[in-house]
Amino acid sequence: MKLKTLGLAAAGAAVLFAATVLPATAQEKQFVPGLMYRSGPYAPNGVPFANGLADYFKMVNAKGGINGVQIEYEECDTAYNNDRGVECYERLKKPGAAAITPLSTGITYALIDRATADKIPVLSMGYGRTAGSDGTVFPYVFTLPATYWSGADVIVNHIAQNEGGYDKLKGKKIALVYHDSAYGKEPIGTLEALAAAHGFELSLFPVAHPGLEQKATWLQIGRQLRPDWVLMWGWGVMNSTAIKEAAAVAYPMDHFIGIWWSGSEQDVTPAGDQAKGYKSANFHGTGTDYPAIKDIIKLVQDAGNGTGPRDEVGTVLYNRGVMNGAIIVEAIRTAQDKYGKKALLGEQIRDGFEALNIDAARLEAMGLTGFMEPIKITCADHEGTGRAFIQQWDGKGWNKVSDWIEPNRAGLLRPMIVEAAAAYAAEKGIKARDCK
Amino acid sequence: MTAPRAFLPWLIAVPVAIGSIGLLFQLLGGLVPSFFFAWGYYFEVLIAGLLQGVMYSLVALGFVLIFKASSIFNFAQGSMALFAALTMVGFMEMGVWWPFAFIISAGVMVLVAVVIERVVLRPLVNQDHIILFMATIGIFYILDGLGQMLWGSDVKVLDIGIPRDPMFALGAIFEGGILINQYDFVAALTGGVLVAVLAVFFQYTRTGRALRAVADDHQAALSVGIPLKTIWVIVWSVAGIVALVAGIIWGGKAGVQFSLALIALKALPVLILGGFTSIPGAIIGGLIIGAGEQVAEVFLGHFVGGAIQDWFAYMLALVFLVFRPQGLFGERIIERV
Amino acid sequence: MLYREAGQFKTDYAADQAIFPILQDRIFLGLFLLLALVAVPLLANEYWLSTILIPFLVFSLAAIGLNLLTGYCGQLSLGTGGFMACGAFFAFKLATAFPDLHIAVVFLLAGVGTAGVGILFGIPSLRIKGFYLAVATLAAQFFLVWVFNKFPWWVNYSSSGVISAPAREIVPGFFITGTQASPVTKYVFLLVFVAILALVAKNLVRGKMGRSWMAIRDMDIAAEIVGIRPLHAKLSAFAISSFFIGIAGALWAFIYTGSVEALAFQIDRSFQVLFMIIIGGLGSILGSFLGAAFIVLLPIFLNNTMLAVDPSISTAIVSHIEFMIFGALIILFLIVEPHGLARLWQITKEKLRLWPFPY
Repeated sequence: MKLKTLGLAAAGAAVLFAATVLPATAQEKQFVPGLMYRSGPYAPNGVPFANGLADYFKMVNAKGGINGVQIEYEECDTAYNNDRGVECYERLKKPGAAAITPLSTGITYALIDRATADKIPVLSMGYGRTAGSDGTVFPYVFTLPATYWSGADVIVNHIAQNEGGYDKLKGKKIALVYHDSAYGKEPIGTLEALAAAHGFELSLFPVAHPGLEQKATWLQIGRQLRPDWVLMWGWGVMNSTAIKEAAAVAYPMDHFIGIWWSGSEQDVTPAGDQAKGYKSANFHGTGTDYPAIKDIIKLVQDAGNGTGPRDEVGTVLYNRGVMNGAIIVEAIRTAQDKYGKKALLGEQIRDGFEALNIDAARLEAMGLTGFMEPIKITCADHEGTGRAFIQQWDGKGWNKVSDWIEPNRAGLLRPMIVEAAAAYAAEKGIKARDCK
Repeated sequence: MTAPRAFLPWLIAVPVAIGSIGLLFQLLGGLVPSFFFAWGYYFEVLIAGLLQGVMYSLVALGFVLIFKASSIFNFAQGSMALFAALTMVGFMEMGVWWPFAFIISAGVMVLVAVVIERVVLRPLVNQDHIILFMATIGIFYILDGLGQMLWGSDVKVLDIGIPRDPMFALGAIFEGGILINQYDFVAALTGGVLVAVLAVFFQYTRTGRALRAVADDHQAALSVGIPLKTIWVIVWSVAGIVALVAGIIWGGKAGVQFSLALIALKALPVLILGGFTSIPGAIIGGLIIGAGEQVAEVFLGHFVGGAIQDWFAYMLALVFLVFRPQGLFGERIIERV
Repeated sequence: MLYREAGQFKTDYAADQAIFPILQDRIFLGLFLLLALVAVPLLANEYWLSTILIPFLVFSLAAIGLNLLTGYCGQLSLGTGGFMACGAFFAFKLATAFPDLHIAVVFLLAGVGTAGVGILFGIPSLRIKGFYLAVATLAAQFFLVWVFNKFPWWVNYSSSGVISAPAREIVPGFFITGTQASPVTKYVFLLVFVAILALVAKNLVRGKMGRSWMAIRDMDIAAEIVGIRPLHAKLSAFAISSFFIGIAGALWAFIYTGSVEALAFQIDRSFQVLFMIIIGGLGSILGSFLGAAFIVLLPIFLNNTMLAVDPSISTAIVSHIEFMIFGALIILFLIVEPHGLARLWQITKEKLRLWPFPY
């Protein structure tokens, strides 16, 4: 027993050591690490995203890679768990890593310092630390195409349009139901600022992880407060539970708007017909009606290479994974224009992110026209557009019910971001870059 | 078992307690302007809480069954519920009509019970309580991994046709009526029926009597010829089926997925409040915890920032424990040197 | 043959009561510490240092703390995560409010604060026992995490509720927190710090206090009759256990992850530490280290091995299998050696004493 245990332990340590010490394979492939989660409480939402990301890379590889450079994509399962995320990051990080996509606001927070020290760009697409979009303080953090603050502003803008203008918001009651974590707390500051500016009354309803318990929350919303609009920052099972509880207190679904992480098929299907009319923000197209996604079906799914089931292609979170992949690939391509058509270092790809300019022509070439808005990143502004639209669930699919809405970045959000970033810089003793 | 006479104080105490808390809130509402109170709303919250409480009881029931028969604190009860519900949905997705799927899943749970008895309980017989507790956490991990590997980790929709529309009652007395969630109502009824069936099973069948004998004294039960191992398999099977029912009801609410395993945590305060060894305790504990935490969250929560129901349930149980260390209905702890 | 104590005579009581009465043990420990202090930082790569050795040391400390309470005093606690959160947030408040305070002092003070909280939540233990107490400590777990999550004062009003450790030096020029800190400095600091605290714990349990704890654990009524005050014994166990756990929480937040939100100290953390002391061995300081090593290494090892064997395997399957093997191994361990790894080590030592001669 003892000897065997010792032997096993030794063998184990040897494997572990070998696994971590052996140098990566030859550098002609561009390495992209992915911190995803396919297990744990949030796996139902994590899986389609991870599949979309993986499939997009497979499609790019099948088409010959980025200017001939193949992508080597490696995944690590974080289970939406912060320390597991740190372990995954340390396991996958190497100088040649193109970008880290933590897919969790908590993990993003934990990795910003590390990745900055290791010179690997962090792409937190529509999540993470909003202040990170100030490139002068956070040179390695990219929050394109939109942050939670933009999301909050977009949703309030949509409400104002529905009410007939911002001046009609005065005296209205808006409630925020949020995941009681770093993620859910992000929009509160923006919403408070908006409430002060437009005179609506904001009520906050935190929901404890994982969010199965919302009866009391919805009794207060539906039977006592009766707000005019309800916003939701939820994730995983919290979303579907919220929709069901909202229906149980007969709250009108079309006055219930989620952020983009609360607006996928996984969130509405468990509630069945009750979810009809539920709205959410989004910043990319759904469905398969885009050349790039058709390519995925043709070159990846039909070739028997699909990471997940075929009917998942085109769902909201799958397409978000595709968009994440597309942005990374574009950043690598932009960096290649500068540093040559070979596998690059994370540091060089960061320059690619910073010079990223996905215009209409580029979108056409990517096969994603109409899928997303053109994005231009600059040294100081790592968010890009901040634009999003509102979609509505009709029982079968998501329909776009608004135009792209422009958040009030110049007037409201950007100064807040600069302020938050400056506070961070002061706390950490970072000297802001000069972007002139 | 509790004598019928002992219920009399409850008949008086419960309405008095509910009424005085209501009056207290009304008083508070008069003093603090931001405090919202209306009797109709209070009863609405109370009823919602009680219904929710029955659902906690369902999970707690599984714990009690196993603890009674084998003094094992079975932490895997939550993941048994998840595993059972996943199995049932899995079969339903294959096109099996739900009552059949239910029977198949019940069979699977019996199988799980047999395996657990063979592989885990038998070698660990006579170990410390804490060791057995840890072993059930091991089972928790295995069932979690196995369930997700077999059936995938995406959200499964489980619909066995329980109505969901809101229902309004007593509109004549309170303005706007009292809203009752039909789904919760049906779920609570199911829970009630299950408890009644279990009570009959324990009270009037031969196996039930054997179970009670084992719960009282393992040694004595063995010496009068009760097969302990069979009894354990039966208890774990029954707990598995209770977990299946709990899994169906909770899964129907939120979709069947990983988080379901975490409902076990909601059952723990119920368990200590009611006592580890008492079936009526699990029910009444559930009612108290369910009602208490909803009322606290709704009326007091926003004064301190909300989301208090998680710890409030535990605190409430803790307060009860300080007065009765064995829970409301638990067996009296007698200590000898 | 090598491990024999024949010929080692003790001439005074001090020698007889030494922690390591056998010469070989002392040599072995000395070599081991030397190895850990010199060779490991030289040889280990960053991955090993920052994702295995650093969390291992932090967890060891937490496991020692819980072992004092559960292993030595017999009070089953599931509130470890909450107490770790206390340590982390106390340390954060102290470090940001008094920037000039030395970081080691900050950690110790955070431990003292946590000890106070521990006493508060230990009071019910005077009346409640066994699993009832275990579930009652969950009240501490949920309540404390809620407090740190809810009140922005604890996080200096950061909008997201995440704290990140300010950069601090242990000796001028050597940062142990913040971005400039190298994993080697962090590791060496932790090693020394944890070793000292482990020595303190070891001496505590050998002294009067430890003996009173063990008396309470073995039978509290009997202990009371022979004159041990349960109030003192139980509350001191809660206080000292929380002191260690609080420091571990502070180290977790400051040195391991660097930034942390209250949700990082959820109930899983409590179970993780409980696993460590049960796998390692209840009532053993060495066991705390062994258990921490086992629980930290096992999932990473399983995960890496499966991926090394077959890189194309889906991470979902890997995670699920990892879960199952983890659970199965725990059950297997409990069946094979319910007294934990520390007991295995003891058996090994007994056998080594005789080896290679059977008598």
